[in-house]
Formats: sequence, C-alpha cells, structure tokens
Amino acid sequence: MYEGAVQDLIDELGRLPGVGPKGAQRIAFHLLQADPQDVERLSDVLLAVKEKVRYCERCFNVAESQLCRVCADQRRDQSAICVVEEPKDVVAIERTREFRGTYHVLGGAISPIDGIGPGDLRFTELMTRLASGEVTEVIIATDPNLEGEATAAYLSRFLKGMDLKVTRLASGLPVGGDLEYADEVTLGRAFEGRTLVHV
Amino acid sequence: MHVRHLTLADFRSYPRADLPLEPGITTLVGLNGQGKTNLVEAIGYVATLSSHRVATDAPLVRFGAGQSIVRAAVVRDGRESVVELELNPGRANRARLNKSPLTRPRDVLGTLRTVLFAPEDLALVKGDPGERRRFLDDLLVARQPRWAGVRADHDKLLKQRGALLKSAQPVLRKGRSRRRVPDGLDEVSERESALHTLEVWNAQLAQVAAPLIYARLRLVRDLGPHLASTYDEVSAGQSDARITYRASLRDEFAARLAAGEVPEIEEIHAELLASYDAMRAQEIERGQNLVGPHRDDLLLTLGELPAKGYASHGESWSFALGLKLAAYHLLRTDLRDDPVLILDDVFAELDSGRRERLAALVADCEQVLITAAVPEDVPESLRGRSVRIRLGEIEEVGSDE
Ligand SMILES: Nc1ncnc2c1ncn2[C@@H]1O[C@H](COP(=O)(O)OP(=O)(O)O)[C@@H](O)[C@H]1O
Ligand SMILES: [Mg+2]
Ligand SMILES: [Zn+2]
Repeated sequence: MYEGAVQDLIDELGRLPGVGPKGAQRIAFHLLQADPQDVERLSDVLLAVKEKVRYCERCFNVAESQLCRVCADQRRDQSAICVVEEPKDVVAIERTREFRGTYHVLGGAISPIDGIGPGDLRFTELMTRLASGEVTEVIIATDPNLEGEATAAYLSRFLKGMDLKVTRLASGLPVGGDLEYADEVTLGRAFEGRTLVHV
Repeated sequence: MHVRHLTLADFRSYPRADLPLEPGITTLVGLNGQGKTNLVEAIGYVATLSSHRVATDAPLVRFGAGQSIVRAAVVRDGRESVVELELNPGRANRARLNKSPLTRPRDVLGTLRTVLFAPEDLALVKGDPGERRRFLDDLLVARQPRWAGVRADHDKLLKQRGALLKSAQPVLRKGRSRRRVPDGLDEVSERESALHTLEVWNAQLAQVAAPLIYARLRLVRDLGPHLASTYDEVSAGQSDARITYRASLRDEFAARLAAGEVPEIEEIHAELLASYDAMRAQEIERGQNLVGPHRDDLLLTLGELPAKGYASHGESWSFALGLKLAAYHLLRTDLRDDPVLILDDVFAELDSGRRERLAALVADCEQVLITAAVPEDVPESLRGRSVRIRLGEIEEVGSDE
C-alpha cells in the first residue's frame, strides 16, 4: 500500500479494463515522474471525452454531435445496416473500406452470465429504424464467439418475417475472437464473403 | 513417442528439476512425499493441460512462487518437439512449441500423449459420473485434439444457458406481465422474449452437444473390445468387463444408445432439441441444465452386475486399470504410435498375480514411467533404469541393461 493520492491513482487505474495491479502501479509511477504539462493534457482529454462525446441518436456509435460521422455522411448508403456489438467494431470495419452503408451498435451481446439479456441491448431501436422501410439489407457482424453467435441468432429470428436481405459476416474470422482484433485483410474478405441467412 | 527430457521451474515441490529420460522402462523410486508423483504429474500436464490430482493450477505452482515453467522434449518418429508451458494461476497460461508462442495453450495438445494410471483412478469405478465423463472426454481429446475446443465451448454454453434458466426463472414460471421488450414493433410479453432467448441458447448448445455425444458413442464402441481383453489379461479371465453409454435423453432414444447404436449427428441433434422441450418445465423449475452430455454416464458392468457397488476392491482396481490400458491400446492403434504410459504408485496396490500380468502387458511399450515407494513391489521384469528421488533431488541409481 502507498500513501493517499498515489494509492487512489493505482486503485482507479486498476479498475480499467486490461490493466492489472502491476500495470496500474507502473502507469501510476510513470505519471508521477512525467512532465506536469503531459499529465494536464491527459486529464483534459479525459474530461473532454465525458463532456463532448455522446452516442449517435440513430446508430449509437460514439459521436460529437447528434449524429455520428457515418450517419451524418450523405454519401453513405442508407439502405444497408451493419449490426455490431460495440463502437470499436465500427472503427474496425471502417478501416477495411469495404462497407458503404450505415451501422447499428447494439451495446454488447446477449450473455446471461453477465446478466445481459435482449432487453439490455438496442434491439428496439433497430426495429424502429427498420420500420421506416428504407432499409433493404441487414448485415449481422457480431463477434465470432459464442455470445456473438447467440446474439446473431436472436436477431435473425426477429428479422425473418421482414422483407429484408439478411447476411452474417462469413467466418474466416478467427473463431472465439473479437472483431476488433481481426486484421483488415481478414475482415475485408469476410465482408466480401458474407453468408446469406435469409432473404 | 517418448519424453527425452523434462525441466521444471517452481513446479510443486521443485524449485528446479532436470530429468533426462529414455525410451523403455524407467522407475522413479523414493519414500513417500519425496516428489515422485510431482514429476509424472508434470508430464501428464504437458499432455492434457490438466493435473490428474487437482482441478486448478494453483497447487501446481511451488508454494510462494508466482508461476511455474514445465518444459518437455518429446520425440516422435525420430523428430523432437519442445513444449514449454508457463502456469500463471489467476491469469492466462502461456505455451510455446519449439520456441514459438502459441495463441492458445490448447494448440499444444497432441504433441505429447500420455495414459496415466494412478490410485486416484479408482474413482473411475467407485466415484461420481463426472469422473467417467472426464475419462471419456480426455480420451476424445487425446484421440483428436480438436475436441478440446468443442468441450470448452460446451462448458461455456452450459454456463450461459444455466444462468439464463436461473435468471429468467421468475419470468418463465408465470410471467404474463407486460413491459416494453425489444421485439419488432409489437409488444410481446416478457415471457415470450425469454422463451425466444432460451430457444437461441438451445440451438447453440445442441450444436456442440450433439457432436460430443456422437463422438463419445463412437469412443465407447471402439473402446469396448480393448477393455474386454485388457480386463481379461489383468484379472486372469474372471468375468466379462463391459461399458455402456447412459444418456440423459428421452428413454426410448437412450435405450437405443445403451444397446450400442451410434445414430447420425443430425438425429442426436433433433433428439436433444426435443428433450429440451420435454424437460422445459423441470429445467425452469430447477434453474438447471438437465439434459445433455454433462448429465450422461458410462455404466461399467462385470458379468451381469454393475461394477459400482458390487465389485470387490480388487475387481474395482482391475476395472480401472483395464479402462486405462484399453485407452492405451486404442490410442496406439489410432495413432500408430505409442503414447507414454505412466503408472503412478500402482504396483503396491496389486497382488502378485496382477503385478506380473501387468508387467507382461506393458513390456513392449515405447516408454513406461513407473513410480514406487518400495522398489521390490515392481516385478523384476520391469526393473529397467531406475532413478532415486530424495527430497526433490534426482539421482541415477543405474540400469539393468
Ligand atoms: N505447490 C507446492 N509447493 C511446495 N511443495 C509442494 C507443493 N505441492 C506439493 N508439494 C510437496 O510435494 C510433496 C509430495 O510430492 P509427491 O510427488 O506427491 O510425493 P511422492 O514421492 O510420494 O509421489 C509433499 O511433501 C508436498 O508437501
Ligand atoms: Mg506419489
Ligand atoms: Zn450514427
């Protein structure tokens, strides 16, 4: 245990995803020795991210105004929606430059162990978007792991009766993996070879 | 195949250990508690990524140390591979094969194959169904490492579905309440949404449970004849040892499987889905997964009687030993290569007739590692090279050849 502020910092850092107790200690002591301006810049962006960044009203991607960059872009194809779990998946797919449609971010995957059911994800909002009739294709791009597959299966059940082309990102993606960690080539290829769930 | 060298760092009682090994028979001798089993446990761990004694890795790491390293040089068909495992309790373990890191430790499975028989194996006969399921599933993985992935997915799906059954219990039990639920534009009862979710997990679970049952059935079918002969040889032909798969599926289907039938995966899949439906009320009531491979058992019979509860102590030992030797012969036939046979503290438990017969059975194996507290318990014909273990120190005492 360290004294007061140092221990508080270690505790807070340790709460972050992917940071263990040792990592928290290393970051804390790195910050202690860093230039005051550097630390100030970090604290500014931390505050700014909470103040400025919010969720896109349409797709729930991170955004700096009402709509995210993708939704605000008139050139994007409004007839195709790619459904993903997290905003980071939008970034991963955008990097491939294979997809010209829009997104819908569910906010996670169905996982009873973590207490996450369909009601905790943004399915209703997706259905509302589909009801407008403008959308003709849905691409399900949840993670290629058990929870992502269950979420995809749940979603495709609901889309079944609707007049839509529904596809699932083809595997070729590492199974058990995270979309975010798939390299661009694999992910790009998965987009080309997406499989038809139903029309 | 055989292990040519074993190196340990902070594994069990060993701060460091270096054990050169040779094909043929090696006996590790030493008083109790000196570290004999620790050595063969490490070799078993390299083959299965689990210990035959404990369910978690923590007790494998030397008390007070943060991690263990186990390195084994394995020779198959004259080619050597080096497996290195880093055990990090509480964090992900890491594995290297020939110095290159692997993304998943389970990718080393198949490099070394062992069949380990130890006093704990008496539980195969006397213990819970879980012991016998583990025996079958470990053997599936030894046969074809890809089953490790299916098994891991199956465990995870069971946990998810179990959590769902528990958490959705109040809703599924009565649930006519209406709430805004994500289901198209219509409002659907919460109950209906929970049932949809359950069906999704049913489908996911059946997709891995069906192949798992199928693979176990084939395994039982293939293992049966080997068991008949190994039991016969160990016990000198006293009675017939048989194994039968006992499925938790609906009676009629379970009876077909018990009779030795191996249906196609699709049929098992359909039966699983039907069984989930048939058991739905009970599963919801108890908040548990009640049907599937995790509830199945392997029935062991001697002559007309079940071994559990009826077999004598000596017969139970012979049965457990017969099962492990049958596994050895099955792998040997499958792979056209001998797994490493490990006999931990076994001879002390057998009468002299069984000792001699076991000795005859294992004499032609490529590599056999034996541990014994009293060297005289090991039949003379098996006294190959022997290594004395004293307080974790390894010293060569010599070879008969
Ligand atoms: N994690 C551990 N750290 C230190 N010592 C251990 C650990 N696990 C077991 N031991 C010690 O190892 C010894 C048992 O070794 P074992 O190989 O089972 O003996 P045997 O020679 O009888 O087969 C015991 O003395 C036990 O205290
Ligand atoms: Mg021992
Ligand atoms: Zn948006």
